[in-house]
Amino acid sequence: MISFEQVAYSYGGGELLSDITLDLAPGSFHFLTGPSGAGKTTFLKLCYAALTPTAGQVTLFGQPVGDMDRDGVAHLRRRIGVVHQDCQFLDHLSVAENVALPLIVSGQDTPAARQDLEELLSWVGLARRARALPPELSGGERQRAALARALIVQPDAILADEPTGNVDWEMSQRLMTLLLELNRMGRAVMIATHDLSLIRAAKSQVQTRVLRIARRRVQLAGADL
Amino acid sequence: MTALARILDALKGDAAADRVVPPAGFTVRLTLFSAAAMAFLAVFALALSLAAGRLADRWGEELARGATLRISAPAAEMDRQVAAALRVLEQTPGVADVRALTEDEQRALLEPWFGPDLPLDQLPIPQLIAFSETSDGYDAAGLRLRLQAEVPGAVLDDHRRWRRPLMAAASGLRLLGWTALALIFGALAAMVTLAANAALAANAQVITVLRLVGATDDYIAGAFVRRFTLRALVGAAAGTALGLGAVALMPDTGDAGGVLTGLGFRGGHWLWPLLVPPLAALVALLATRMASKRVLGGLT
Repeated sequence: MISFEQVAYSYGGGELLSDITLDLAPGSFHFLTGPSGAGKTTFLKLCYAALTPTAGQVTLFGQPVGDMDRDGVAHLRRRIGVVHQDCQFLDHLSVAENVALPLIVSGQDTPAARQDLEELLSWVGLARRARALPPELSGGERQRAALARALIVQPDAILADEPTGNVDWEMSQRLMTLLLELNRMGRAVMIATHDLSLIRAAKSQVQTRVLRIARRRVQLAGADL
Repeated sequence: MTALARILDALKGDAAADRVVPPAGFTVRLTLFSAAAMAFLAVFALALSLAAGRLADRWGEELARGATLRISAPAAEMDRQVAAALRVLEQTPGVADVRALTEDEQRALLEPWFGPDLPLDQLPIPQLIAFSETSDGYDAAGLRLRLQAEVPGAVLDDHRRWRRPLMAAASGLRLLGWTALALIFGALAAMVTLAANAALAANAQVITVLRLVGATDDYIAGAFVRRFTLRALVGAAAGTALGLGAVALMPDTGDAGGVLTGLGFRGGHWLWPLLVPPLAALVALLATRMASKRVLGGLT
């Protein structure tokens, strides 16, 4: 689904990530951890082709990213739901419109899709906030809205960058429950987080692989997690 | 795809898609005002071109085959020389519609300079004989020689001699009008490009988000193109309406008054300015599309 072959990424003359080879299979559940600034967000950006590797090759759904033009990348992104750390909303649009954005830009904004949108907003507990503007939402509501937007086009993979970073423990548990449920529905999930308690809680419920970024490389974390 | 179809396609869009780009900003006012001002000027340039064209056509039609014989002779000789001139002209191949102007017609010609009470019968006014040229044409040099021999007081005034510079002037004026039109639409394209660039730069974050959720550059460009095309259409429609009103209010003495007082539209020419708004919209569409392509290509 998402494959890295000896991938490296350099920025500003320094190498941030180096010699990464791994494969994210359909239905898999990965955690990506590491200290702040280690390159977790950069790694995720490489996963959805927001960045291009400076060495090696990233393959998305069988297609090398380096061979794709911008429109090709846009079409592939519709198969990957991304929950950004800062949510990335358009503040002039309502929550419902922000969640529907992937449908709108891909020409799938049909009445049936709108019905799905209402159900999805109910599922993430935002039905009553559908008409609110993003600045009016709490941290938890923003994260759930971002998750809903990532799911609206029923993606094959979900990438979440610190999805529980701005929410309390109770809300982080609710978000994790949603992500675990999606994984059980067959979606590949990768969560970048430095919250080890979150990882430990999830490991008791689902088969996960924990990857750790250290010294520019991605390694499989030990049993200490 | 025809220009009209492209404009309609650009304007069609859908409400949800158009909302992805935030409204407002100074680019709205800039585009509306530029389109309105340029359309207003375009109506006048069009009026100038069409008036110049009408003048050129009129001079061309009326003067192309016209000529005048002016006979200056003592009063006692006048009738004889006029009769001789008429005979010579009627016998000349390529000459038709020969007639001596009546006293009233000559008075009418002199009236603008001397007033209506000119005592023509007491003044040594030359007699004018008008004639036209058939499609075969006549030998002007040969006619002059014959007139010199038989009608010593006759001077042949071949209109072709002074028609040429007039025609050239009218054609130049018409070209000037069309050039002004081209410059006006060029300036509109430049203004819309400036506004589109500003709008795209101001919405860099929106573009980033749209790309993250899978929007293609064509989709993003389309949202901007629709907006600017619609603004240009509305602005140009308003400017055209004002321009037409201003032209309609101009004093009109008809084409006889020349290009200055005849600056207006006649008959079907009133429909020509209706092309200005769709043309302005097409210019805006192309300018915004090019600006979008360039800016989006530069944004990583």
